[in-house]
Amino acid sequence: MAFEALSEKFSKVIKKIKGESHLSEKNMDEMLKEVRIALLEADVNYKVVRDFVNGVKEKALGEKVFDQLNPSEMVVKIVRDELVNLLGSDACELTYNKNKPTIVLLVGLQGSGKTTTAGKLAYLMKNKLNKRVLMAACDVYRPAAIDQLDQIAKQINVPLVNFGTKENPVNIALKAKEQAYNDHYDVLIIDTAGRLQIDEALMEELKNIKEKVAPDEILLLTDAMAGQDSVNVAKKFNEDLTLTGAIMSKMDGDSRGGAALSIAHVTGVPIKFIGTGEKISDLDIFHPDRMAERILGMGDVLTLIDKVSENIDEKDAKKSVKKMVEGNFTLEDMLKQMKQVQKLGSLGGILKLIPGMPKVNDAQLSAAEKEMKNFEVIINSMTPEERAHPEILKNSRKVRIAKGSGKTNADVNKVLKKYDQMKLMMKQMRGKNGKFNFPSGMGINGKMPF
Amino acid sequence: MGLFKFLKEKFTKKKEEKVELTPESKKEEESLKKYNDGLEKSRKNFSNKLDELAKRYKSANQEYFEELEEILIEADCGVSFTINTIENLLEYTKENSITNPKEINEMLVDRMFLNYLKEGEDIKNELTFDHKPVILLMTGVNGVGKTTTIAKLAKRYIAQGKKVMLVAADTFRAGAKEQLTIWANRLEIPIVTGEDNEDPASVAYKGTKKGIDEEFDLVIIDTAGRLQNKKNLMEELRKIYNVVTKLSEKTPECFLVIDATTGQNGVLQAKAFKELINITGIVITKMDGTSKGGIILAIREELGIPVRFIGLGEKDSDLEEFDLDKYLYGLCSSLIKDE
Repeated sequence: MAFEALSEKFSKVIKKIKGESHLSEKNMDEMLKEVRIALLEADVNYKVVRDFVNGVKEKALGEKVFDQLNPSEMVVKIVRDELVNLLGSDACELTYNKNKPTIVLLVGLQGSGKTTTAGKLAYLMKNKLNKRVLMAACDVYRPAAIDQLDQIAKQINVPLVNFGTKENPVNIALKAKEQAYNDHYDVLIIDTAGRLQIDEALMEELKNIKEKVAPDEILLLTDAMAGQDSVNVAKKFNEDLTLTGAIMSKMDGDSRGGAALSIAHVTGVPIKFIGTGEKISDLDIFHPDRMAERILGMGDVLTLIDKVSENIDEKDAKKSVKKMVEGNFTLEDMLKQMKQVQKLGSLGGILKLIPGMPKVNDAQLSAAEKEMKNFEVIINSMTPEERAHPEILKNSRKVRIAKGSGKTNADVNKVLKKYDQMKLMMKQMRGKNGKFNFPSGMGINGKMPF
Repeated sequence: MGLFKFLKEKFTKKKEEKVELTPESKKEEESLKKYNDGLEKSRKNFSNKLDELAKRYKSANQEYFEELEEILIEADCGVSFTINTIENLLEYTKENSITNPKEINEMLVDRMFLNYLKEGEDIKNELTFDHKPVILLMTGVNGVGKTTTIAKLAKRYIAQGKKVMLVAADTFRAGAKEQLTIWANRLEIPIVTGEDNEDPASVAYKGTKKGIDEEFDLVIIDTAGRLQNKKNLMEELRKIYNVVTKLSEKTPECFLVIDATTGQNGVLQAKAFKELINITGIVITKMDGTSKGGIILAIREELGIPVRFIGLGEKDSDLEEFDLDKYLYGLCSSLIKDE
């Protein structure tokens, strides 16, 4: 939903800029305004957005974007690169101690996914990295939190340090550390209770755990759906504990996850993992480039927009639009439109550039492409008069066309039916706003144009 | 009458008059205090900012409105809601030549919540016990606080003398059943649970049936957290809803629990759940943090779903019926005192 709006806005701005011979500070501001809105809609913090957009502008000016052949592309590229830059890091992997246990402390707000992630991390380390993993249950507050971790531990066959809810969390962590050292575990993962960053007593408890246990990694759990406040949360946790990284949970939802950028900007710590589903194995390494695209909500749609604006013959398009509006849309026009779409590359390739289009599978894609080819062959087998006035097509003509194109009568009818549908669509569009904006509506609403 | 003046009169006059405290007015005062305390951190970020802003500017200019925009965005009100509200305000103040920042701030707060009221039919936040049992289905994405909210709601209605039972229809998440069972034991009320990974609809059925047979006043059903874009999980919820609806005399109450720290995804959540089942209200949780929960405004505007209850703290008594006036008072009391 948000994506459509964004891609439309971008394509409008790009079109505007394309018309001008060079990029001015003014039209760049216009583009950056759209970037700003996109970031805000993705829940990136307001201040972070401001800093970020200013940074992009400076960079663009510094790189003399203005002299570039295709300035709009440059601006977009800088935006994306800057995002990746900010989100990215080489320190994505956890570092493991060689001769002693690596201690990982998980912290965060209530409901951010610490306990589930503790299990996922343990599973990943045990099964993919062959580590000997021990977990510790330090959430003595939330009812059944320890039960939850205990069940997960049993499920993945990892031992759990469990002193119930009567023991102090600092002591539990300390005892777990002792056990990890004595029994030569590779990793100790400590699950803690969720807490508000402003809860001084509970933050003090975390500081105590940190002091006593000296964890190698302190990872903040952040919900991918978090809003503007994630900045304050990350800031306070970082001030109190000096985080080494973050894990973003619930990335399998449809939020844009702008909090990732806020956290990276405010704390400077890398996001190391993302939670991608409800299964124990659903934990992935974080990819800055994918995240950048998700935040902008555009996937490779910018590439697509460029492709469209480069390959569509403006004159042709305008002419057919005019015809449509006047109601003189012919089969010839339909064929032209199809060809323009084909110029962009295979339908499958185009659809893949658009994020949020999971419903079309490969079989459907190839069927649609085949249909387009059929249409072309059939229309090419018609006389110019037939193409201009499809209503004269009666049975005998249809039989001839079918034979000429090597198709069946039914195929010919299909073309005519599609033509009628399109004509009707034009009529309705004309009723709405009097103009038809080809091709920005193409494919984006999830419907195939042909 | 200005909004702030109205709130001031409503909530502070009583104290001055030293009216004799009836149990009811005492309860009312306690409730107001809970709002005021729970929203303390939110207030620091919202109305204190407005206040500081008003002090920095002698008269409002373009920049002033940009800063107002920032405050709204930071409250998670969403881009389009913010832009609309600010533009509307800008137009009005221009037409009427209003430049006093304090006045403008008050109008802003007024406007932010105007739509909230406009959209509202007269909704009673409290559950209505006109039949037995009232079925309450609790839904939401993962980690928003469904189970804790259930405990708070149960406690509330037990205190009102209702016969309450719980149903643990989250058979998926490890420890979910145990968590609710601990609450049921603490509250000393019965609970129906299922086997791990049992069809949640069958647990919901059993629970509802028991609620009907044993004439409970209220049956609260906990469901697993589900992200709204998971088709299968959403279908599972529809099935639970259908099963319960078929058994129940009246359509069940369905609450969607939303975490106050949620950003713009909250609107998508509300939309998806509303399309699936008949959501009758929202419970907003974790309002005692620094988040402002502005998402409820966007949800109200776009979907018309009202907030019925608000979670203001970690104790099982920290749940209040949502009251817009109290909420505004809690959010803006630092501005109101200057009046």
